[in-house]
Amino acid sequence: MKKRRWVALLALLTMIAAGCGDGETEGTGDTGTTEASDAVDVGTVVVFSTQANPPEEQDAIISNVFEPSGIDVEFIPEQEGPFVDRTLAEAQAGDVQTDLLMALHGTYPSLLAGEALMDLSDVAADLADVGIAEDFMELGKLGTDQQWYIPVFQATYMMAAHQDAMAYLPDGVDVNALTYDQLLEWAAAASEGEGRPVLGFPAGEEGLMHRFLQGYLYPSFTGGMVTGFDSPEAVDMWTYFSELWQHVSPQANTYAFMQEQLLAGDVLIAFDHQARLVDALDQSPDDFVVFPAPTGPAGLGFMPVLVGLAIPEGAANVDGAVALMEYLLSDEGQIGLTQAIGFFPVTEAEVPSDVGAAIQAEATAAADQTAAPDALPSLLPVGLGDRGGEFNEVYRNAFLRIIFDQEDIATVLSAEGDRVQEILDSEEAPCWPPDPPSDGTCQLNR
Amino acid sequence: MGPGARRSRPQGRPSPMSRNNRIALMLLAPSALFLVIFFAWPMVQAILLAVRDDDGFTLSYLNRMVDDRNFGPALRNTAAIIILVIPLQFILALIMALVVSAKLRGSQTLLYIFAVPIAVSDLAAGIVWFSIFNESGFLNTFLANVGAVAAGERVFWLSSASEWRLLGTVVVAEVWRATSIVFVILLAGLQSIPEDYDEAAQVFGASFWDRLWRVKLPLLRPSIQVALILRTILAFQIFAVVIALTGGATRVLSLEAFTWYRRLQNEHVAAAYAALILVISMVVAWIYLRTIRTQERQQ
Repeated sequence: MKKRRWVALLALLTMIAAGCGDGETEGTGDTGTTEASDAVDVGTVVVFSTQANPPEEQDAIISNVFEPSGIDVEFIPEQEGPFVDRTLAEAQAGDVQTDLLMALHGTYPSLLAGEALMDLSDVAADLADVGIAEDFMELGKLGTDQQWYIPVFQATYMMAAHQDAMAYLPDGVDVNALTYDQLLEWAAAASEGEGRPVLGFPAGEEGLMHRFLQGYLYPSFTGGMVTGFDSPEAVDMWTYFSELWQHVSPQANTYAFMQEQLLAGDVLIAFDHQARLVDALDQSPDDFVVFPAPTGPAGLGFMPVLVGLAIPEGAANVDGAVALMEYLLSDEGQIGLTQAIGFFPVTEAEVPSDVGAAIQAEATAAADQTAAPDALPSLLPVGLGDRGGEFNEVYRNAFLRIIFDQEDIATVLSAEGDRVQEILDSEEAPCWPPDPPSDGTCQLNR
Repeated sequence: MGPGARRSRPQGRPSPMSRNNRIALMLLAPSALFLVIFFAWPMVQAILLAVRDDDGFTLSYLNRMVDDRNFGPALRNTAAIIILVIPLQFILALIMALVVSAKLRGSQTLLYIFAVPIAVSDLAAGIVWFSIFNESGFLNTFLANVGAVAAGERVFWLSSASEWRLLGTVVVAEVWRATSIVFVILLAGLQSIPEDYDEAAQVFGASFWDRLWRVKLPLLRPSIQVALILRTILAFQIFAVVIALTGGATRVLSLEAFTWYRRLQNEHVAAAYAALILVISMVVAWIYLRTIRTQERQQ
């Protein structure tokens, strides 16, 4: 049963990402072990990564993934900023010390702009049969014709709640098919019952609040992330969100990983990235449930997160890097990664049922989210070059001004909308899903 | 040394003075070189980064910094923290130093206790105070236990809804964290004052306050100057305590530099903020040096 959930999740993601109703056949997976044994003597591969940074994840990825690969791997975890700096500096100096990069989709545009990435189009062609969703591969082209990174694992955001909050769920409401209005009703009832606001969002400096706005709230209310930025629907959306915020803990400005507040009992209902909820499920599996994000007037907006592998231009051990890449995309590698760091495979690898209950629960919620009849998958910003950070900041700013500073909604949206348009214009970025395709640069509907 | 003396010396032989100068210069050279390579040059580069783009000189990054909506709050909050924290720290540090130098029984133990925060990193201090002020933290638990607030009720000390309360928590944490460095400097200053002065004043019947105000504090002036410059410059760089306690809801100058570099990926505006911190710090240090030294000379 659980295996089937995984297959359903992957098949549906593939279908939706490919933008067609025609389901792809389930792959049988390839032979990871053969590649591993072929690749034993490729020398040491230096893996430089913004992922699996916490010490326990480092241990897990080394012992569950790199050691079984049979390839000699030197793993260097690093924070996003220094990661980009070092990769760019090495490319500029022509002295590249790393062989394989592992980072979020959003990290790669600045590396490409700094000419630090090797063209992986040939590698992508060789990997055509591992079954990575077409649209994921497309993201790895970063808006060009060449392949710059190969997707390696994915994740998403979802909701979690403490069992105590379930008692306040309004009658007849299915938590797995929640609407935003029902969430408001629920949060209001729970907050009143508990005598304090019990809803939580990661609105702190290290939190991922902007992803909720871009991938969940905006698409669910306006049908897109960008084009309806300052539309009348967006005004309604912010009015709704201001009302919902009455039931959000006043200390949300310090929240970054909602699992901490859930475990401490500071909030009872929360939204966050799956990797930032998993500890709550792991430590108290009986206390917490995870479920899909709510549906709005325009559908159920949600955002898949993608981590990709790239090879820096001028890497010393390209063959080793490619061999390791092939292993990581094999069934064995994908399952190992899931066990090690709790992300989901990008291929059709079937994750065995003995993988942790927390990850299984999240996989179920993610599958429900993807399978919702009105699901609106919102892709990460594409083609914004190194202005991706500023693009995120516009959403954070709109949020801070409307919710924290209580400025006039229309005024804020008009001003911040100008900034969105300016960023799109400067990068000549076309619209990306779920916004409708554009002729040339994406334009706000104003 | 007169010119006559120099004339009598054989040609080609350096005078002892100029040889001393050369030795002095040689001894100074390594640290001067170190300062130039690791401080002066990066400083120049940071300033250039703030005022230059691919096409040459530009003010656009400075304009962006000033027009940014966080610029005003960051400047205001940094100033507010400095104005609130530094006088508090000096009063506390002076009391602590006087208590320890009074040589009561157990003052050695007190010295170690007072000095402990020096060993605590600022981020660790921020996290400790976060666990105190957090909604389910020690302070709220304590208040509930003594009956100051109703059971189950919470005071949100760290909520961005109350800007000044949030700033207050930063001030408390910063006073705790950084008073000990002022204390150590003042204590060293107090201990270097010969006891004769104090005893002489006592003989003439000066009260404790008179002795403090007219004998110790004037003699402490060099230590106070050092401590003031050090603390003020460090206070302009306040960062980890703010981010750990407020989650970034209280904007300060160095947090802006960090945000522009890391999240907005614009090193030019980040450098503009860094340059601003540098300029303000230099101006403040110059003012301290001038005002305190002038008074010293007047005496």
